[in-house]
Amino acid sequence: MPETTQHIVKSYEQELKRLRDLLVEMGGLVEAQLATATLAVVEQDTDAATRAVEQDPAVDALEREVETFVIRLLALRQPMAGDLRQIVAALKMSSDLERIGDYAANVAKRSIVLSQFNLSFKLSGLAHMARLVQESLKLTVDAIGDEDAEKAVHVWRSDQAVDDIYTAIFRELVTYMMEDPRNITPCTHLLFIAKNLERIGDHATNIAETIHYAAVGESLPEVRPKGDSANYAVIRPQTLSREDDAVP
Amino acid sequence: MEQATQRAITKSLAPSHAIDGPIKLAIRGLDFYYGTNKALKGISLDLPECRVTGMIGPSGCGKSTVLRVLNRMYDLYPGQRAAGEVMLDGENILDKSVDLNALRSRIGMVFQKPTPFPMTIYENIAFGVKLHERLSRAEMDSRVEWSLSRAALWAEVKDRLNTPAAGLSGGQQQRLCIARTIATRPEIILLDEPTSALDPISTLKIEELIDELKKDFTIAIVTHNMQQAARCADQVAFFYLGELVEVGQAGQIFTAPKERRTQDYVTGRFG
Repeated sequence: MPETTQHIVKSYEQELKRLRDLLVEMGGLVEAQLATATLAVVEQDTDAATRAVEQDPAVDALEREVETFVIRLLALRQPMAGDLRQIVAALKMSSDLERIGDYAANVAKRSIVLSQFNLSFKLSGLAHMARLVQESLKLTVDAIGDEDAEKAVHVWRSDQAVDDIYTAIFRELVTYMMEDPRNITPCTHLLFIAKNLERIGDHATNIAETIHYAAVGESLPEVRPKGDSANYAVIRPQTLSREDDAVP
Repeated sequence: MEQATQRAITKSLAPSHAIDGPIKLAIRGLDFYYGTNKALKGISLDLPECRVTGMIGPSGCGKSTVLRVLNRMYDLYPGQRAAGEVMLDGENILDKSVDLNALRSRIGMVFQKPTPFPMTIYENIAFGVKLHERLSRAEMDSRVEWSLSRAALWAEVKDRLNTPAAGLSGGQQQRLCIARTIATRPEIILLDEPTSALDPISTLKIEELIDELKKDFTIAIVTHNMQQAARCADQVAFFYLGELVEVGQAGQIFTAPKERRTQDYVTGRFG
């Protein structure tokens, strides 16, 4: 939101800026954490995995800092209108970012287990999904910094692609498991990894909705384009030869 | 029929209230002049019945002037004049023919500083009533008790009704003034910064009282305290430089105002 008018009370203006900076910092940390965790999975890099897990406490600490700061602002500044929306939004977004950090850490942990297996298949689908989620998270963090409702709407719409690819990966992994029971352990971890990435996309979407409300004062529509149909997917052994088979 | 359509169109063009329900008082195209200075510019605002309308805006924006127009206070000053319409139950109260005493008994006003008369508590209440009604002693006693009770003051003063009102605390004096206002059983109560001279607890008592009084009265309150408007008002009107910038439900004005000027004012960005 183009905000040219300044607060009469300068320290209030500075506090609002600091709140925004804290969130952008948190967003940056989480972005890095996700990038490291993705590297850990795709390159089977256990050092990267450890680094991603170790980043988690810093994210948690920032969340607590935002929370304390928000409560303080509410009590001392009694914010109104756009300021009120921004401050409440910060509280919600910090909790979404913290969850994203948790999912990234979980992806990294699973990658350590995964590295013990010799996979008979490529992870290109998962790598693609991780790339989409990373792009979406980056755009989200940019939107937080710029309080940009348009960027937020873009993120909100783009989650459909992540859901689609998640459904495809789900089918692919189930197929590998049916082909060879030795695939069951790594594929189960990969399923959770894909699920975690999908959840990260959902949280980015939540943040996008929050940014939009904070900037514009109106909520985005209830129904979001949502295409995750893995919940309903059934893959039957006798249809393995066919490309896909989804029974709603 | 045609007239009704016309009225509907005018209404949809300029929303002048934010709450559904019957309208007690309708201000239409109100201009006001202090000499040659135009202090109000085409104000259209409705006071919904039995609701609280908060009026906010920076100093000199015209919000107190609106209250002064509503009970024709400005008539006392030469050189001040109003143009437009203020309809109360179908009658334009700006008409020359309006009986001002009768009007002021229908529209009561409470001011920023408590203004008790230099008389006893009892006489403060009875004074205004005597101007409009002839009551027996017993009837007057019960009217005094009724007004003081409605103003949440009865319990505190019932044993000293015949002592001077000046002996009451600031908050009690202000509640006495509210009791005096409602004693004549008005339909509308205008409150001009009623708590700006009071401590926080007295302020909360007055706010609780406003909440209580709106069951029976239509209330307009001018306040510099944004939180107070947020706490008390059902609809809020934001004035700036003699114009009504925006009127909306309190929840909307303080969370998502439509106008940039409203947003700047309620967040403290005005400059």
